[in-house]
Amino acid sequence: MSPRLRKEGKMNKLKIALSGIIKNNPTFVLVLGMCPTLGTTTSAENGMGMGLATAAVLVMSNLVISLIKNLIPDKVRIPAFIVVIASFVTVIQMLMQAFVPALYASLGVFIPLIVVNCIILGRAEAFASKNSPLDSVMDGVGVGLGFTLSLTVIGAVREILGSGAIFGVNLGFSDYTPLIFVLAPGAFLVLGYLMVLFNKLAKK
Amino acid sequence: MKSTLVNMTAVLFVITLVASAGVGVVNMITEEPIALAKEAATKAALTEVLPAFDTTEEQTLTIDELPITVYTAKKGGEVAGYAVQTMTKQGFNGVVRLMVGFTPDGEVVNVNVLEQSETPGLGTKMADEGNVLLGSIQGQKLENKKLVDGKLAVRKDGGDVDALTAATISSRAYVDAVNRAWMAYKSVATGVEATDVASGASHPVAEQTNEPAAQEGGQNE
Repeated sequence: MSPRLRKEGKMNKLKIALSGIIKNNPTFVLVLGMCPTLGTTTSAENGMGMGLATAAVLVMSNLVISLIKNLIPDKVRIPAFIVVIASFVTVIQMLMQAFVPALYASLGVFIPLIVVNCIILGRAEAFASKNSPLDSVMDGVGVGLGFTLSLTVIGAVREILGSGAIFGVNLGFSDYTPLIFVLAPGAFLVLGYLMVLFNKLAKK
Repeated sequence: MKSTLVNMTAVLFVITLVASAGVGVVNMITEEPIALAKEAATKAALTEVLPAFDTTEEQTLTIDELPITVYTAKKGGEVAGYAVQTMTKQGFNGVVRLMVGFTPDGEVVNVNVLEQSETPGLGTKMADEGNVLLGSIQGQKLENKKLVDGKLAVRKDGGDVDALTAATISSRAYVDAVNRAWMAYKSVATGVEATDVASGASHPVAEQTNEPAAQEGGQNE
């Protein structure tokens, strides 16, 4: 392979990852995984934690599913994928409980619910089951980062507007903030406006 | 790949087998750190609500059908205080768990919120340092408070505990849990039997262990 070709190969991998962040952003463009998006983004830290946990599961499940895709009979591919995904979620859950108990406590029920996050099964079905392991990992990294960034941004906006803080650091106007942004309606409002903004910027 | 009964069964069997083996291995690896993390959380909560102590004894009571754990902390053989891990199911979003510390003569040392899923920004203020709920009872003997039917109550219910702004349900849950802690404290410290408020029936001490604090764990969840 000539150096030029190798460089192009690298560019493609990067493109796969980038497309997950912008063109195929799971939250703002594909509008997948709304349940954890709305539920866990009460603060930037929670959003980021949820995003990273999902990204970790996504990368690993994409890799494994891509490796075993040719061994799985078509009719049982969904149960097979779900078993792989559920195992990784359980692993992540136990690791978080052991090593970051505080974050685990604040994310609570949303960690086991990563199993039914449609982003993960969606990427398994739409990408990992058709592409090479390396490309699938890049796709997992890209979509995972896209999800993490979106959740962190939504969480940050809600935390700033609702609790007057960012990543738990008080900004000094917490007594004058409209509480609605930390409550459920605030999640919809912030998500909606950010979605408009994101799509407007991404189109340019 | 074309699906036949044989290959579908075989593939799913192998996948589930490998997956469960993997999860089992991770469970073996994380079992100890998880237990340690829980133990550390319990110990941290105890340290926060009690005066200095060397060892703790723990016993579990059942009050209103909820398990309440009383840690009797000792320093040099003398009782240094009692920490009660108490709970209520009357939170805005379910269970609220508190650790309430009492001095040997019944003053509230501190309250630590172990677990809650209240509304962020409203009910979650119960876990903030120096919130009004804690301020209403910290450093005081609960029997000197304005009681309603022998129990603490928020101002709205005729008592004199200040409630959190716009979080009356969470405040009531907090007070409910503190009441249960108080009952457990009385039953352990003074020998008055814990009374089931709902049914009036009394439950004897369910379980008793005598171990130093360093070896206790897993009682937190």
